[in-house]
Amino acid sequence: MSIIVGTDTRLCVSGITGREGSFHTLNNRAYGTHVVSGVTPGKGGRSVEGIPVFHTFREAVAETVANTAMIFVPARFAADSILEAEDAGIATIIAITEGIPAHDELLVYNALHRNPNVRLIGPNCPGVLSPGEANVGIIPAQFFKQGNVGVVSRSGTLTYQIGNELAQRGFGNSTIVGIGGDPVPGSSFVDVIALFEADPQTELIVMSGEIGGSAEEEAAAYIAANVSKPVVGYIAGVSAPPGKTMGHAGAIVSGSSGGALAKIAALEAVGVRVGATPTKVAAIAMEILGG
Amino acid sequence: MDLLEYQGKQLLERHGVAQLPGRAARDVAAAVAAAEEVGYPCVIKAQVKIGGRGKAGGIKIAQDVGQAREYASGILGMDIRGFTVHEIWIQRATRIQDEYYAGVVFDRSAKKPLVMLSTRGGIDIETVAAEDPGAIASLHVDPLVGFKPFHGRRLAFEAGVAADVVAPVAELLAHMYAAFAGEEAMLVEINPIVVTPEREVVALDAKVTLDDNALFRHPDNAILTDPSDVDEQEQMAAQRGLTYVKLDGDIGVFGNGAGLVMSTLDVVAQAGGSPANFLDAGGGAKADSIVKACEVILSDAKVRAVLFNVFGGITRCDEVARGLIEAVRILEPTVPFVVRLDGTNDVEARELLANADLPGVYPEATMDGAAARVVELARGASA
Repeated sequence: MSIIVGTDTRLCVSGITGREGSFHTLNNRAYGTHVVSGVTPGKGGRSVEGIPVFHTFREAVAETVANTAMIFVPARFAADSILEAEDAGIATIIAITEGIPAHDELLVYNALHRNPNVRLIGPNCPGVLSPGEANVGIIPAQFFKQGNVGVVSRSGTLTYQIGNELAQRGFGNSTIVGIGGDPVPGSSFVDVIALFEADPQTELIVMSGEIGGSAEEEAAAYIAANVSKPVVGYIAGVSAPPGKTMGHAGAIVSGSSGGALAKIAALEAVGVRVGATPTKVAAIAMEILGG
Repeated sequence: MDLLEYQGKQLLERHGVAQLPGRAARDVAAAVAAAEEVGYPCVIKAQVKIGGRGKAGGIKIAQDVGQAREYASGILGMDIRGFTVHEIWIQRATRIQDEYYAGVVFDRSAKKPLVMLSTRGGIDIETVAAEDPGAIASLHVDPLVGFKPFHGRRLAFEAGVAADVVAPVAELLAHMYAAFAGEEAMLVEINPIVVTPEREVVALDAKVTLDDNALFRHPDNAILTDPSDVDEQEQMAAQRGLTYVKLDGDIGVFGNGAGLVMSTLDVVAQAGGSPANFLDAGGGAKADSIVKACEVILSDAKVRAVLFNVFGGITRCDEVARGLIEAVRILEPTVPFVVRLDGTNDVEARELLANADLPGVYPEATMDGAAARVVELARGASA
């Protein structure tokens, strides 16, 4: 078992004819992901290495029974593309695009919230990888194998770093989920941790957070009330100065909120062990699962 | 992007928030002319993006042209908590009977705009929130519905504003929300809103933060940058398309991916060092962008050692190694580099570095080891 993407994923890529979009789509297909179609308005009828391209999501869903969308279009078109995918009945939308205006994200979040059957991952995220089953996004799959550790993270490369440290100690992953570094992610730590809790393959959950917002504190409260599996945490940005945006639009300590130490304290208060470095996260995981 | 007070006022005015007559000035002559135009008494306010201006002596009331000249020359060039005053705002003074607070905030946790109103204005709202949270009326707005007249009435009655100004205060809130939504702001705050003895409602201050990612839709706002508060290295980095944040330490940091770079800063700090910058080269960095990044890092005279911490995903480690070798040849740095490369093509990268055999470049196998090494080298360089 895995979560969000797997052997039943039928992927349609918005922005498939772009340079980045086609590169990663073909990578995902080479990994074994079932890529069924793509969408580029005005380029319907073409194909990208045998993958049919449609003008609209409606057409792509009707013709190829896509159930998952990957959004690769530029930031100014991304909110529209996400809403189009939802309108076409796609259940899982994974938005890789970085730099989407915050008010667009707010609109998309509140619009999608009215549909209980849709899940948005991202934006500004590396995607979702279920090793051995499917890869949707830009996560370098060669470092990960199937296993029992679920990873959820606000950052891409930090996820690879932690995942690689786990792999070096012999651990594999059920699914690796990048929820993205923006102020309004479609799915939160809580949403993804709930899926891992219900997933029989996952025996340990690693959550990698960072400064900004209060998603980690909300996860701590959720874990205390609802999660039976062990959770190991990591929080980046302990040394970040307040008022500065550290690369991710969402990574900013503003006033008294969003600081790393408060997040670590909230997690530790509910029994989540927090590693001081990515290496220590892997060491704690090994202690818990036995290496 | 934070706006200066007067830029915020001009933005709010476009959405119907009435403003007192005022003008900005960058020198004393212009300030005096502005004071003569708006009339006396007038308020002279330092335009800096930091609170506590009044306490620091950055806000004065001038009764005549002599005082206007004296205060303007005193405030221009003044340092307020590390911010130099390059610009002042001269505005007609008003008499104050009541002071209120109003704010529209992008609430990340609730994923909705939060509108707040309090009759305890004129003081720091976080202090009010801590001391007397009941004194702040607030509500979340569904962004798909927008701010409706009943929202304004509800806030005004719940906050307990004087009955005779409920209507103008509610209307002011609607204008603030229109500015927040229309300009794609992260924050719109007026503190204080004053009620004059004539029972007029006047917005005395303005604090506006805009979403950088939305500036492409607002060309009028995109040009409001304040050149005086941009750091030299940050400007260099922006010209080269790099994500760079200046910090105050002496260890230059190069990495890929915001999370990994933040983590690298933390590991350096844990090893006893102090990072000089945050630099995210992004995904798929090529050799020439690595040379540019090194130029920016090394242009900071405080840097005594540099740490390269890369986990190659889309980014290829061999490409990073080539860029680093080129940077060292071109820039001839006088400070040591510690390099830790893992991930895509890391074996080739390590071979390239070994064959290049560059003086002052030290490969390390792990992130923690690399941090310890760079801290040691920075100390050695400063001893």
